Amino acid sequence: MPASLLRELNSLLGPSNVLHKIEDLVLYEYDGSVEKARPDLVVFPHTTEDVSRILKLATKYNVPIVGRGSGTGLSGGALARGGGTMIVFARMNRILELDLENARAVVQPGVVNLDITRAVEHAGLYFAPDPSSQKSCTIGGNVAENAGGPHTLAYGVTVNHVTALELVLPDGEIVRVGSKHGDTPGYDLCGLFVGSEGTLALVTEITVKLTRKAEAVKTLLAIFDAVDDASNTVAEITARGITPAACEMVDGWTLCAIEDYIHAGFPRDSAAILLVEVEGLREAVEAQAAAVEDVCRTHHAREVRIARDDRERDLLWKGRKNAFGALGRLAPSNYVLDGVIPRSKLPQALQQIQSIGKKYGFSIGNIFHAGDGNLHPIVLYDPRDPQQFENAIAASREIIRYCVELGGALTGEHGVGMEKNELMPLLFSDADFDLMRRVHDAFNPDSSLNPGKIFPLSKGCGEIRVRKQAETLPAHV
Amino acid sequence: MRTPANIPGAVPVYEDFARCVHCGLCLNNCPTYRLWHLEGDSPRGRIRQMILVGNGELPLAEGFVGHIDKCLDCRACETACPSGVEYGKLVEHARARIETEYKRPLFARFTRNIVFKRLLPYPNRIAFAARLLRFYQRSGLQSLARASRILKLLGLAERERLLPRIDGHFFFRELGKTFPAQGARRARVAFFAGCIANVTFTKLNEATIRVLTANGCEVVVPSAQLCCGALAAHAGVRETARQLARKNIAAFGGGHFDAILTNAAGCGSTLKEYDHLFSPNEPEHPAAVAFGNSMRDVTEFLATLGLVAPLKETRLRVTYQDSCHLLHGQKVREAPRQLLRAIPGIEFVELPYSDICCGSAGVYNVTQTAASLDLLKEKMDYAKITRATTIVTANPGCLLQLRAGAEIHKTGQNVVHVVELLDSVLKQS
Repeated sequence: MPASLLRELNSLLGPSNVLHKIEDLVLYEYDGSVEKARPDLVVFPHTTEDVSRILKLATKYNVPIVGRGSGTGLSGGALARGGGTMIVFARMNRILELDLENARAVVQPGVVNLDITRAVEHAGLYFAPDPSSQKSCTIGGNVAENAGGPHTLAYGVTVNHVTALELVLPDGEIVRVGSKHGDTPGYDLCGLFVGSEGTLALVTEITVKLTRKAEAVKTLLAIFDAVDDASNTVAEITARGITPAACEMVDGWTLCAIEDYIHAGFPRDSAAILLVEVEGLREAVEAQAAAVEDVCRTHHAREVRIARDDRERDLLWKGRKNAFGALGRLAPSNYVLDGVIPRSKLPQALQQIQSIGKKYGFSIGNIFHAGDGNLHPIVLYDPRDPQQFENAIAASREIIRYCVELGGALTGEHGVGMEKNELMPLLFSDADFDLMRRVHDAFNPDSSLNPGKIFPLSKGCGEIRVRKQAETLPAHV
Repeated sequence: MRTPANIPGAVPVYEDFARCVHCGLCLNNCPTYRLWHLEGDSPRGRIRQMILVGNGELPLAEGFVGHIDKCLDCRACETACPSGVEYGKLVEHARARIETEYKRPLFARFTRNIVFKRLLPYPNRIAFAARLLRFYQRSGLQSLARASRILKLLGLAERERLLPRIDGHFFFRELGKTFPAQGARRARVAFFAGCIANVTFTKLNEATIRVLTANGCEVVVPSAQLCCGALAAHAGVRETARQLARKNIAAFGGGHFDAILTNAAGCGSTLKEYDHLFSPNEPEHPAAVAFGNSMRDVTEFLATLGLVAPLKETRLRVTYQDSCHLLHGQKVREAPRQLLRAIPGIEFVELPYSDICCGSAGVYNVTQTAASLDLLKEKMDYAKITRATTIVTANPGCLLQLRAGAEIHKTGQNVVHVVELLDSVLKQS
């Protein structure tokens, strides 16, 4: 890293917005994933112009750039795999405009997801995409990863809630795509940039759609003795034309761990629980809740609990929300996977996950967004043992491979990043990669933005600007 | 991970650190991260630094000490953490380690030594210092100092504003007394009076006793009680905290109380966790556990017991600022709200971001004044939005800070403790 770059950044942003000491940089080499890569510099822009000037400097000095919000990502998307300068958007966190009448908000990328909702909830509105990290993750990161969440089933993912973007291209040029209201003529570039994992441009302003809060919500928890019954229930709920706002499944083993932790009265001998939430107009919700209960009972639910008020609703969610804490007590660390399977294949997928776990000697908990077949197996391991970490990675790859074999996908919502780029050929052919490469090169021909992500290194773009670091070491302790 | 052997009491082990899977869900709940958006000043970043220091990969030097010093120890990150990381334990151990291995500048060492080791543990010294301060406040010296530019020149203007007003009479004189329950006795409790509270929160302590006795509690105020040691423990001065814990356990021991009560959430949190000060194989440990189990915050206890004393109707719009060590340290959220709602005629509005620290945090407003005042400003901005005439909280430190906030930001709001509000609406029997 040239010293004159540091000097120029210091004079551009002021020293309080530039980190260069090793003791500070080591705190940006991790995110929420198990990956690790250290930047050479960290900078905090406050305006779009700052970002543009930083990118011009980066071009001048030929250093890679990676954007980052809160660093809650689960696939290493916001890690500096090629070293270089990391742009942290956390201080670009102003809500620029609230247009409540038209249900739009214009925000800077560093605004925290939940803070959008907190700013508009007084008007009965909210921002629908709700990743589990929503109290910390930034909207910029959500856009980069096209984040989803438990309520994706009914409301869609981030791309369905973004109508316009302001972007800075790698050479520093500032452009706008999409429009505040409705569709725009020409290519849907907004859709292209959302989910591009920071490899095409950096987002500096986002216009989001706000959603009106449902009049009523009803939450049910059903306990099953067989996974088949639970997954058949999910299939039939959809078949009856009901789209729950959320439909979450937790396996019996994980439920035991949760019960040991929070003592909420969950049975210790069940195979799975389903947490189903329906929203809408009061009358419709009553009818849907009754129908869901009926489906659960038809498929031999041992017990169905229905929340009568917010307090009871919180109680039902408590098990799901405490799953990580509960599993955290069983092993020093855990690795959360993300795969998608066709909903109908849940029982066999669960069985296969268990046998993969057994093969490598791991306990694996299963929490998933059952409604859309998005699995989150959680591998419990001890990072002190390098072999265990290797095995955790190997087990995860086997599970993901199996998801693809079943007709599913590599990732439901965590993104590819540097976690799964080598698995991409499972889904895509050389011709597919070639097309993606051409899109990539149209915006980021020198791979100066977020190098080493999405594409397998062997099929990378132009110069492979990935620095060999101890990438496979656990990010823990 | 290497852990130094010369720190007395419980020492966190590998698993305590490893439980942090660096998901980052704590970040936006951390007041200092919200201020500066620096990973180094987030719970996740601080834990990472502790690990690196533990591994010898990061020197225990100015940078690390700065980030740990800036932590409020409010423990909001514990509430946010999905993995159950006990951050409070970790940061207090880090501070104990800094205390033994890092040489602070002379002035800092001098004042820390005076405050934590030579003043707070000794009631007669607290009383003496309070009389001096009272003389300063009442003799006209204070007005003189405030009118002149001397405080500004010394850089003390803001800190001087946060000084508590010394009471005309001290609560110390009530130590050793027993206050009978009014009506049928429903419980027998011991009252923990605090240290500085004896000279600055006499009225709060008296109000607490009135509310308890009016609700059928016999209140014993054991005479041998001392400062709880929270400030010392939070600062890493662990041996002092341990000595105080031993003496308090003895002072309250054998009294057969239904509970030991405090109206100071900061003290309560430490008192409930006296066992953290002793490792499980030390002889004091079982008694520390038992002591902690009998501790209750006064709001927690009253909400469970149920109010029976008749209350006057009062037309007030009130909001509630969670005291961090009640909400995050002791996980008590509903009890104070329940008590407020029980007052007839009261209009209760939630304070946005009431779970974020007001910047008081023990001695934080003195040691990190700028950060403390920034947090206070945001707090008062939200307090204004509520249009409440009264801000209620549950800890003396928060009271001082919020009162200063109401004055600095001219919100015109009254700031009281939950039990003070209850006391003000008790029907005279």
